[in-house]
Amino acid sequence: MKVFIAIIKRDLLLLSRKPADFYNPPLFFVLVIILYPFALGADSEILKIGAAGLVWISALLASILSLDNIFKADYGDGTLEEMVLSPHPLVIISLAKVVVYWFFTGLPLLLLSPILGLMMGLPSEGIWILMLSLLLGTPVLSLIGAIGAALTVGLKNGGVILSLLVLPLYIPVLIFGSSAVNNSIAGLDVMGSIYILSAFFTLSLVLAPLAIAASLKLSISN
Amino acid sequence: MVKYASMDKINFQLEVKNLSCIRSDKLLFKNLSFVVRNYNLLEITGKNGSGKTSLLKILSALRLPDEGEIIFNGQNINTMTYEYYSYVSFLGHHNAIKNDLTAIENLSISCALSSSVDKENDKDINSVLTKVELLYHKDDLVGTFSAGMKRRLSIAKLLLLKNPLWILDEPYTSVDLSGIDLIESFITSHLKQGGAVVMTSHHPLKIDKKYIKNLHIK
Repeated sequence: MKVFIAIIKRDLLLLSRKPADFYNPPLFFVLVIILYPFALGADSEILKIGAAGLVWISALLASILSLDNIFKADYGDGTLEEMVLSPHPLVIISLAKVVVYWFFTGLPLLLLSPILGLMMGLPSEGIWILMLSLLLGTPVLSLIGAIGAALTVGLKNGGVILSLLVLPLYIPVLIFGSSAVNNSIAGLDVMGSIYILSAFFTLSLVLAPLAIAASLKLSISN
Repeated sequence: MVKYASMDKINFQLEVKNLSCIRSDKLLFKNLSFVVRNYNLLEITGKNGSGKTSLLKILSALRLPDEGEIIFNGQNINTMTYEYYSYVSFLGHHNAIKNDLTAIENLSISCALSSSVDKENDKDINSVLTKVELLYHKDDLVGTFSAGMKRRLSIAKLLLLKNPLWILDEPYTSVDLSGIDLIESFITSHLKQGGAVVMTSHHPLKIDKKYIKNLHIK
């Protein structure tokens, strides 16, 4: 636990010293959402019908945006080697890194989503479900994305490969996240989608750190 | 003086048997065998690209050998990695320090990542910073340090963590002559206390010959 807290404190301290890394994903999320009404028309029915999907697509793209940075700096300056060589389990260290990553990509999106959902014409009954789906879905995006980031951290131009690698794995989260919101707007049962998102969250929380740790060891060994 | 967290860590033997390494389809070395015990400094020499860094990474369990095995106190290091890491400190080409953190913050995180330092101790940190002559820069961001100062800070980690086996890849890189003397005094002190060092260096060592063994990779 000591090392888990120490890594979180370290990464938050680094973020506070380089706040640009913190602003990018939420800023991208807001800008993309603002552009939809311009393209589709502010009172457009298409905008209202597709609002849930559009918010989810924006959240997904925003979380991919800085995925490459999770381990890149640590790899570049040798601190990743130090983490791998720690007698503490690399699984715990990896999880701490993902928690911080979610803190500056997933959490701001979650907090901004009610305002942006209303801007998109999302009815109020859909807002809570949108927040709940993002609360369960964005950590899954961070955990799955971190596996790809760990696998490609040693590659010089790993950004494109990383996107191609994680995007297919993001699709189920996108489908069930947006369908939960759409069902709530339509007055249908949302619990099916929420249960599946909860299952994704639990599975990825348990299994992804193991995959991240194994991928980091592989990347460091080359 | 550097003191180990537990005395039982001092008695150890690292035995390398028939080690081979292939990188990018090129055989770097094969059938390397040697033993490193307490009070030993193994100096690895060889041309650029001969596989010195790869060997150090294999010895640190950062990389698997293509053939052969490394036995630490009777156990293969690749089956005991987390336990093995509590004995080893590795200093590679990179300093493993963050430019956006201060010297003290960098050492604190190294303490947290280590198992030999139970509790972050400001007194210990100040003491090692004094030894590497960086005490007056303890609250400065490392990004403002020269390359030599950064190297000395990474050496400070070795002193702080107190692991008995040091694996050092070109520890004198970017360090001036007085800095080299300082690092050699730390290595000598470490060896006198029963520690061991495996290192590569392009600089002739001024360390008591009784500790030194040489391994040349062709």
